[in-house]
Amino acid sequence: MTRAGITDVVVIGAGHSGLAMSRYLSAAAIDHVVLERGEVANAWRRERWDSLRLLTPNWQTRLPGHAYCGPQPDGFMTMSEVIGFIDDYAKKVSAPVRTFTNVTSVSPLEGASLDNGWQVVTDRRVWRARAVVIANGASSLPDVPAVGAALPASIRNLTPREYRNPKQLDRGIDNSAVLVVGASASGVQLADEIQRSGRRVMLAVGEHIRMPRTYRGRDIQWWLDAIGVLDERYDAVDDIVRARRVPSPQLVGSPERATLDLNALGARGVELVGRFVGVADGKAQFSGSLRNHCEMADLKLGRLLDRVDAWVAGHGLEKEVSPAERFAPTQTPEHPRLLVDLEANRIGTVLWATGFRPDYHWLRTPVFDRKGRLRHDGGILDAPGLYALGLNFMRRRKSSFLHGAEDDVNELGAHLVAYMRRVPPAESPPTTTNTSTQGHPLRLVDSVNLEFNFR
Amino acid sequence: MTPTATPVDNGVNVDALLGARQALTDTPEAARFKWRASCRWVRGTHSQSTVKSFFGLGSEQSHRTEFKFEADHPEIFAAEDKGATPVEYVLVGLASCLTAGIASVAQNRQIQLRSVKATVEAGMDLQGILGIDSDVRNGFDGIKVIYEIDADASKEDIKALVAQSQRRSAVFDIVTNPTHVTVEVR
Repeated sequence: MTRAGITDVVVIGAGHSGLAMSRYLSAAAIDHVVLERGEVANAWRRERWDSLRLLTPNWQTRLPGHAYCGPQPDGFMTMSEVIGFIDDYAKKVSAPVRTFTNVTSVSPLEGASLDNGWQVVTDRRVWRARAVVIANGASSLPDVPAVGAALPASIRNLTPREYRNPKQLDRGIDNSAVLVVGASASGVQLADEIQRSGRRVMLAVGEHIRMPRTYRGRDIQWWLDAIGVLDERYDAVDDIVRARRVPSPQLVGSPERATLDLNALGARGVELVGRFVGVADGKAQFSGSLRNHCEMADLKLGRLLDRVDAWVAGHGLEKEVSPAERFAPTQTPEHPRLLVDLEANRIGTVLWATGFRPDYHWLRTPVFDRKGRLRHDGGILDAPGLYALGLNFMRRRKSSFLHGAEDDVNELGAHLVAYMRRVPPAESPPTTTNTSTQGHPLRLVDSVNLEFNFR
Repeated sequence: MTPTATPVDNGVNVDALLGARQALTDTPEAARFKWRASCRWVRGTHSQSTVKSFFGLGSEQSHRTEFKFEADHPEIFAAEDKGATPVEYVLVGLASCLTAGIASVAQNRQIQLRSVKATVEAGMDLQGILGIDSDVRNGFDGIKVIYEIDADASKEDIKALVAQSQRRSAVFDIVTNPTHVTVEVR
């Protein structure tokens, strides 16, 4: 057995947020390792479908100290481009990544005090550290609803994690149709791709977020950024639990910058049905709530565009951008089907685009709520020295995006550095004490209101 | 619109509802309710139902009084029409649930309601219940609810109110989604 490795901070996961934290820790001269179960950007390499591109345009795709500088700022990176982008970043920041190292447990070190540190067991060696940053991704495990268990054994279940391309779906002429469950970004993209490949597709639609790719001549992400939606903070929204569960908007990154909403899918022949709610006697049951879910999404889109228009007017930019417009309401079938005989409709595959959840099976400390979700205050866990990164709406609406890492890493990094220096935040005035590290101004911050920005 | 000092009052105690939401988040077992009704056959298709007790917040609860409901079928069904038909009670349940939701959501969103009126219509092909055509279901082939709402809010805000009420409605869920039903004889 090798001796235990001793370091100050273990970062779990060499994706974009783990690497951004590594850069921050290096700048603060804090000893750390980044443990990676596979290679850098592993999920992007192994758990994404072939045609996927980022939902954010290239100009927005940036990490602390690293940005796209190619010829297509309005384009969207393919998976191989994303992998290259993150790979380059790992090299640029000289991240101390230990690849092919699987974490099998993280538990508090035994000792007199709670903040004694953490033991991180891997399949290679054991690490001991004062702090652990959990950056293994928000989308590790597919979240398949319980209704899936009732499907007949003849149906193949797939999740976007295993799906690669429509060829995979060939199951003969008799069961070539596909039921895609979920109308977030993944669901609409996969429904579209599979329908275009010549297969019949039904799309089960629950709550969803409708967005045009471009509005008034600019990418919708530009507007979300400009009007402040992406920067909305976790401690300033009404219901953060709900906000964290909002599905990703119906967007696709395509060279044509095309809008992919339910009207586009319906026009191409995708059959829209309500939320998938049950299976009985070989028939799939769909909710009668499709109309309301579409109505809610249309109203929500209208409110968003109203905000954009108000922002344009408020900044006197009416002449700089294209005129305001409103999109046609979502067309739903007059009588969407409520019961669908799976065999008679030749449905051979159900593709669950119902979201993902993080994987913390190795975390051996009581930091979970009763639904198994991590309890945290903007990424600061209820256990000294434990932090999370990259979760949905962790500190801001943009937290789970590549460009969301910077602000979160700056704030959590500051908290972590203060913790490492054993300055109890409670004994220091939260905003006035200044110390200096590596030439960077460092302000001690409390965990509730971190307005600190490290640039 | 000029801001007024009059507080929005739809007669809904939103603070109590939000307090209950918080309390029931912390004590999920108290959130488990049982709703009950009992029904006694009178004669023909006429029956009388009552509701009085229910279970919730961890103990037996009771309405202030017992409520009675006569159900029957109209004369064209060769019945005596001593009450609304059972399917009409479903419409009453849906409309009153959505309307209660509208009042609560409006209160929470600081929208003053002046009048809320719903008309509900549901289609049914009797070839189903009469066993004439096995492809026709017994129940409704669709339900249409039309709201006329007068309130201090834009048309879009009123639509959002109605949409949110559907999202949070128990009866809307009951009629749009399948429910396990067990009927036993003792």
